Amino acid sequence: MNNSVFFGALTVAGLAAGAAAAGTLDDVKARDKLNCGTNTGLVGFAAPNANGEWEGFDIAVCRAVAAAVLGDSTKVEFVPTTGKTRFTALASGEIDVLVRNTTWTFSRDVDLKFDFVGVNYYDGQGFMVPKELGVSSAKELDGATVCIQTGTTTELNLADFFRANNISYEPVPIETEAEAQQQYLSGACDVYTTDASGLAATRATFDDPSAHVLLPEIISKEPLGPLVRHGDSEWGDVVRWTLNALIAAEELGVTSANLTEMTAGTNNPEINRLLGTEDNLGEMIGLSADWAVKALSVGGNYGEIFAKNIGENTPIGLARGLNAQWTDGGLLYTPPFR
Amino acid sequence: MSTLSDPPKLGFRPSMLINDTRYRSLTFQVIAAIVLALAIWYLGNNLLQNLKAAGLNISYGFFSTPAGYDINQRLVEYTSQSSHARAALVGVLNTLLVAFLACITATVLGVIAGVLRLSNNWLVSKLMMVYVEIFRNIPVLIWIIIIFTIMTASLPAPNDFRGEDPQASMLFSSFAFTNRGIYTPLPFFTSGIFASAALNWLLVIAGLGLSWLVTRRIGHWATARQEATGLRPKTGLWVLAAWLLPLVLLMLVMGLSWELPELKGFNFQGGIKIGGPLIALWFALSIYTGAFIAENVRAGIQAISKGQTEAAAALGLRQGRIMNLVILPQALRVIIPPLISQYLNITKNSSLAIAVGYADITATLGGITLNQTGRAIECVLLLMLFYLTASLLISAGMNIYNASIKLKER
Repeated sequence: MNNSVFFGALTVAGLAAGAAAAGTLDDVKARDKLNCGTNTGLVGFAAPNANGEWEGFDIAVCRAVAAAVLGDSTKVEFVPTTGKTRFTALASGEIDVLVRNTTWTFSRDVDLKFDFVGVNYYDGQGFMVPKELGVSSAKELDGATVCIQTGTTTELNLADFFRANNISYEPVPIETEAEAQQQYLSGACDVYTTDASGLAATRATFDDPSAHVLLPEIISKEPLGPLVRHGDSEWGDVVRWTLNALIAAEELGVTSANLTEMTAGTNNPEINRLLGTEDNLGEMIGLSADWAVKALSVGGNYGEIFAKNIGENTPIGLARGLNAQWTDGGLLYTPPFR
Repeated sequence: MSTLSDPPKLGFRPSMLINDTRYRSLTFQVIAAIVLALAIWYLGNNLLQNLKAAGLNISYGFFSTPAGYDINQRLVEYTSQSSHARAALVGVLNTLLVAFLACITATVLGVIAGVLRLSNNWLVSKLMMVYVEIFRNIPVLIWIIIIFTIMTASLPAPNDFRGEDPQASMLFSSFAFTNRGIYTPLPFFTSGIFASAALNWLLVIAGLGLSWLVTRRIGHWATARQEATGLRPKTGLWVLAAWLLPLVLLMLVMGLSWELPELKGFNFQGGIKIGGPLIALWFALSIYTGAFIAENVRAGIQAISKGQTEAAAALGLRQGRIMNLVILPQALRVIIPPLISQYLNITKNSSLAIAVGYADITATLGGITLNQTGRAIECVLLLMLFYLTASLLISAGMNIYNASIKLKER
């Protein structure tokens, strides 16, 4: 009796593991909930607010996908992952999509069998030092002690940068963001390094942000974007085009303010195709005709999401920079909705 | 004449496997073993199949590729261009280092606290009770983080040593206590006999070995004299000379000198650096496990009947000698077996190192390497193998020691 239960459980476990590779889109619809892997807490990108609701720049992408697929932006289960657990969580099917400041690299895309569906933030690794040190360039950091949050490409970039400039340093790899900040603030490290956006977010939480400066060197390319499991292109397409819809909406001037008006029909065919009043893009991707309208109704277009969570008027205070539309000299450029 | 014939010899029938008590237990054991083997095979096969379905395979090829990251504490040569295997080796040595140091200090602390807890002095015994109860009842990870945080918050940063009127200064101008670690002078030889420093130090170790042999000879000679004449000659000065003479001679010949740590740039340079993470981890593991060992020691001492103490006292032995000659040697038999598991605990608990940024095997192989290569199963299997091997070796070594001190029955 006990044995049969045991084997029954084993069989179920085996089947579940086998089924995870099949259609994620159908799984999400059947579950009526999107499992979204995210950061354990990085203000501006993904952190619970005072009411315990997750919000941030990465969170907005998850909510948009949930709205596009399920029609409700609250049907998301946020799974906080660390630098170590994120890939296992995605590969095992625990989460459907990972949006966690994850850098798109060759080996992650190819060797780890994931698909990066796009870039929602073009970042680069930077350095933060206390102003009183009087350092103005990362090349002056010979012999410095550097705090790093471990388990990221950060360590590799750092090693490469110091080797290329033939200067020495002492790494202090720290498991969590909070612990690393404490080390930096108490002076146990001279420098704190991570993605420039993360540095700005971290600095915003300090008692006296003006006592710390970000050095001008950006030592790496860090295209951060959402990723899904390799081999499920339908699901990959859904996430990719939801992100593209957010970006294209900004380019086409569709905002949360004029969304209802635009949905009634415009004389710009591209907007009509995006919002589902012309053609049948929704059907092609396996969603309802107004999928993009639902995605946009959550937090508006890419520009609005950026401004609300990490833009210049927030404590994070990031400029658009590389993350401006291509028409404004940035890198955001979506393929046409056609 | 007996016509009784032998009872009919029945051959083996399959039903006997269940009905015959001689075979029954065997039957069930075989069935259980087969079921267990099948279950393990099923799980392993399931894993391999799923990995295959996901397009992943088990491969240790990544081991020879460059690691690409730096490690702050390296006992062997290592750069960011060394291989992942080398990084794992650095981690292994760091784990063994902190485990070794913590085992020694935890034992010393534990024995002292365990003996003092039985003291007749009310204050001392209560203090030891408070120590034991506080430290063993709070998880070791919390101790590690508390100690590290207190250390970085209370000790001065290297920057505070700077300037005309610094906020902090070095002890005897040679020891610097900073929140990044402790810097001490580094001894070196100005006119070594060999060119390589390691060989010179080997010579010093050989000298110490010689001293040890000589002191043993002196001890044997003293015992022989005692047995012949009944009086033990005083050997203290001879022993001291045997230890000091070769050491001082070697130091003079090779020209011992000290390299002092000096504040240069962002950090102290030169001298020996004992990193903050190592100190925090070492200290936390020692006091935490020391509390457990104290209880083992107390149990061992209390297991020796009071009659032994009284008999020894009746023979005229003093308190200290009763403890050293009568109680502790017998108590060790009770203390050693649980002590082995405490040593294993220290080794395994050292895997919490990454909480304070200490680069042990879990932080290198199980942390950064795992993350950069994404080879989770391979790395975790190796980690398991390492901890298993280390634990089995420690327990084998301690079992040999245990066998050597246990009651010899003739």
